[in-house]
Amino acid sequence: MEKAAKKKKKIQWSKYIPVYIMALPGFIYLIINNYLPMFGVTIAFKDLDFKKGLLASPWAGFKNFEYLFRSKDALLITRNTVLYNVLFIFLGMFIGVTLAICLNELRSKLVMRTYQSAILIPYLMSWVIASYLVYALLAPDVGLLNKTILPALGMKPVNWYTTTGPWPLILTLANIWKSSGFGMVIYYSSIIGISTELYEAAEIDGASKWQQIKSITLPLLKPTIITLTILNLGRIFSSDFGLFYQVPKNSGILYPVTRTLDVYVYNALMNNNDFAMSSAASVYQAVVGFIFIMTANGIIRKVSSEDALF
Amino acid sequence: MIKSKSAIRASIIANIVLIIFALFAVLPFILLIISSLTDNQVAMVEGYSFFPSKLSLSAYKYLLDQWQMIGRGYFMTILVTVLGTTLSIVITSSFAYALSVPGLPGRQILMMMVIISMLFNGGIVASYYVYANFIHIKDTIWALIVPGFLMSAFNVILIRNYYVNNISGEILESARLDGAGEIRIFLRIVVPLSVPIYATIGLMSAVMYWNEWTNGLYYLTQRNGSHLYTIQMILNQINENISFMASNAAQLGITVDQSEMPSTTIRMAIAVVAIFPIVASFPFFQKYFVKGISIGGVKG
Repeated sequence: MEKAAKKKKKIQWSKYIPVYIMALPGFIYLIINNYLPMFGVTIAFKDLDFKKGLLASPWAGFKNFEYLFRSKDALLITRNTVLYNVLFIFLGMFIGVTLAICLNELRSKLVMRTYQSAILIPYLMSWVIASYLVYALLAPDVGLLNKTILPALGMKPVNWYTTTGPWPLILTLANIWKSSGFGMVIYYSSIIGISTELYEAAEIDGASKWQQIKSITLPLLKPTIITLTILNLGRIFSSDFGLFYQVPKNSGILYPVTRTLDVYVYNALMNNNDFAMSSAASVYQAVVGFIFIMTANGIIRKVSSEDALF
Repeated sequence: MIKSKSAIRASIIANIVLIIFALFAVLPFILLIISSLTDNQVAMVEGYSFFPSKLSLSAYKYLLDQWQMIGRGYFMTILVTVLGTTLSIVITSSFAYALSVPGLPGRQILMMMVIISMLFNGGIVASYYVYANFIHIKDTIWALIVPGFLMSAFNVILIRNYYVNNISGEILESARLDGAGEIRIFLRIVVPLSVPIYATIGLMSAVMYWNEWTNGLYYLTQRNGSHLYTIQMILNQINENISFMASNAAQLGITVDQSEMPSTTIRMAIAVVAIFPIVASFPFFQKYFVKGISIGGVKG
């Protein structure tokens, strides 16, 4: 800045003052929302004493992290976060691409819009509402499954909110239910960008629909698929808090299969007031998450540079 | 055009796949609506069902009677949505403008700050500590609007790129030569030309604020902040009370008094009331919403 100022000595600061004023609210917000918390990572290295405040509290070194990684929770929440994310990313990609290709086969705009809005409806709902929908299905005493479907199949009712077994499947279905419309829209917007001439030429050559999908649509969709997947893999260390907190109703018995990093941090911080564990876990999440994002971005810059974050 | 056999078969398969997914997406929602319209006694006996033996509007009548609780939550939801979306657009659009002014000293530094904020954050606990103990945001309405959502770095870049790519630099330059100030240029030229991008981002942000509940969970205490509960927070509170009662009842061996909590059907009615405005108006904003997803999707 100073160098530039020296080069062009006639910078008219008065001209720019209004621009700085316009940028000021956003600048202050960045400082409060993003930059102060970056220094706040020091909490994890402190023995926090609320009476003294953050700065005056004694340093604890890596003690908080030792507590965290000695507990068996650390491995469990890392495993849950990563495995669910990997599953969701690849299933989401497969379903999103499939739905987008199907949407592209429709001739009628009205029919297309109807399907699109139906599949997007879950995306408009919060996870709180979604947890009510899931409850209508799974409630132990009045749920649709226990009262209607299981008896019809001659099976005994299951106490869903205290049985861990089915939850990986339930959470996966809930995630597909809520997010497949989103993936569909993204891939569809990239399919309609493909020139129709390619398909017309293929049709003249007698290519079947399947051949067209295999040799035109999929290859041209590949850059979007790769970019989106890598970017999602970059966020592999952050989980969808609403899904894992609201849908299982934060049931402690289900923790082995439902607790992810975000749920753990929330419960440790807000319900147990455990600043040591929660700050260690949240800094662990932030730091490893940063490494993943930087790696993903580095790969993207090589694959398709215009999609990189920087 | 005569359709080939393969085209007909493809269209049949496409329709089947889409129908299955559309039903999968919509059926739980329909179950929710029917449940809210079921007679409460029938719901207790038959459970939530697509075909209850008796329908009733009593859950909605109860909501009308209890309108001070639900109505208040509704008012808060609308207030937070309007205030949050407006503030968000004003702050983001003017900050993005600064990033688009050529030759502005310090522009690169601001841009770097935005990009770094997308890559690294201090983590949930650090953010919580800053907002709760430094800004003292707990139990104020700002708790529902500010943390995390007011200005997204990604939207800043989206809007800045819109300015750079869609507004002719020559027009801006000639306005500057005519002696127009930057604020005047922004309000008279840039804002009117950028309405489409503001509308798209504003819509996404409005839906997000309408559905928001996590900030309430962190920053509103039940004792001092419950008067600020939005409808989503009320629904979350009902959830927590029920699981609290259920788990304690099991431990203490007492039976839960169902009359103390919103009945089976009233809960569902509150949920329906909470999403109805969004689902009902969706056909009107679907086009813009889809556009919002596809411009923001790959990165956002």
